[in-house]
Amino acid sequence: MIQLVSFYIFASIVIASAAMVIFARNPVHSVLWLIVAFFNAAGLMVLIGAEFIAMLLVIVYVGAVAVLFLFVVMMLDIDFAELRAGFVKNVPLGLLLAIVLVAELVLGIGAYQAGAVKLGTPEVGVATVSATVPNIEAIGALLYSKYVFLFETAGLILLVAMVGAIVLTHRRSHGTRGQNISSQVQRRPQDATRNVNQPVGQGIEL
Amino acid sequence: MTSFFQNLGMSYEAAWFTATIAGILLIALPLMLAVAMIIYAERKLWAAFALRRGPNVVGPFGVLQSFADGLKVFLQETIIPSASNRGLFLIAPIITFTVALMAWAVIPFADGVVLSNINVGLLYILAISSLGVYGVVIAGWASNSKYPFYSAMRAAAQMISYEVSIGFILICVVLWAGTFNIGGIVEGQRSHVFGFINAYAFNPLLFPIAVMFLISSMAETARAPFDLTEAESELVAGYQTEYSSMAFALFWLGEYANVLLMCALNAILFWGGYLPPVDWAPLYAVPGILWFFAKILLMFFIFAWVKATVPRYRYDQLMRLGWKVFLPISLFWVFLVSGYLMFTGHFA
Repeated sequence: MIQLVSFYIFASIVIASAAMVIFARNPVHSVLWLIVAFFNAAGLMVLIGAEFIAMLLVIVYVGAVAVLFLFVVMMLDIDFAELRAGFVKNVPLGLLLAIVLVAELVLGIGAYQAGAVKLGTPEVGVATVSATVPNIEAIGALLYSKYVFLFETAGLILLVAMVGAIVLTHRRSHGTRGQNISSQVQRRPQDATRNVNQPVGQGIEL
Repeated sequence: MTSFFQNLGMSYEAAWFTATIAGILLIALPLMLAVAMIIYAERKLWAAFALRRGPNVVGPFGVLQSFADGLKVFLQETIIPSASNRGLFLIAPIITFTVALMAWAVIPFADGVVLSNINVGLLYILAISSLGVYGVVIAGWASNSKYPFYSAMRAAAQMISYEVSIGFILICVVLWAGTFNIGGIVEGQRSHVFGFINAYAFNPLLFPIAVMFLISSMAETARAPFDLTEAESELVAGYQTEYSSMAFALFWLGEYANVLLMCALNAILFWGGYLPPVDWAPLYAVPGILWFFAKILLMFFIFAWVKATVPRYRYDQLMRLGWKVFLPISLFWVFLVSGYLMFTGHFA
């Protein structure tokens, strides 16, 4: 009962907020609706017992990716009139895309109705949901034994992507002066100040 | 608690629902009271550090000061700037406040006394605390004003930077405890050091990251010396500049609930949570919840102490500390701790 009610609550909020992502006029509102969608999708994950994936979804997408989205979108100076001006020009392309998507949907649903595709039998012990073994242990045991090379490759690709992004954006700028932290840390009060016991009526020599 | 309501003749689901609601109220209401008292305690502490008296007018020794402030704020007019984004402007403090309360669901107050004993408790806390940044960012953007916007930028960058190293620090603890369940982490500390001290912090390999976690948690809650988001000499009051009345009070309550949560996390992860300091039978006569509160208050004293004595960091120093000091050290420490545990056959 509670599961069913929460499923419908989560699912309807996901769909509604996904629709709002598109319909919201303000891009910042769109990003915020996207966050609502992510969050409720995490709720759906919890319902099917994948609590680890749910937490990862929130930490990675809501906690990091969407913050960056919001960061960028907030900085933009968006001219709404100009956005709408391009509407007529882009209608044919948009319609084409919509037709392709609808065709794919119809095809997919039709194929599903005709019967599931046999993609080979799953091996025993792969990705079974167990009530006693926590998600993390089950995923870890699989990831670090059977799929260890694929996992490491994925990590390597991410590393290369990270290095690539830094190489592309990092520019050594000339003529700017940065902070020299070690010289700041090493500075002592006696380097900058001095105490004098000056007689009254005489100026201080600087 | 579910079985208690079941004995009253409810079905399991109705009993579970009632028990959960009752549990939420049992945590949230005392927490609000605790926040009010902790603000008073902190003001008294700062006053003592600065050789002042602190609040001493409302009630005996001024203990009712926070309630008087609350009443005053409650009676004020809510001013919404005409150029602001009205809906988001009002949602932002609600997000901050709600998120600060949500994380308490997985905190064990004593052995088995926890609202939701989930396997991924620590990840849940990480997930919820990563939501906290939205309250600040939305507030800064929706105010449509320069200083709040600067503050929102700072807050977003600061919270993301420190969450990375907090993640690595948590991994060290999780490796040693072997579980993400918070109750399991507390139990893992039972007679951990020399066979009788109940705390990870006295483990020489974990002590440095305990210190790093304390500093990171100050940065994560944007407390002094890392309160760049509301540095009044630069940004007026940061993201709270345009807020008044209850909206402001919600930010205030949320901030202190977050501080208490971080104190509780410090106590749980490194100082043994609800366990007494040493594994000695007579000490278990004191209820675990009292040990837990004592540890939280001790951590809070350290927070107040730091706030009263340490000058504010510059923004570039803050970023340097997060990315160039804490991140490499915590990453190295994950390597070190996992290597040690592997070498000594901890996982066997």
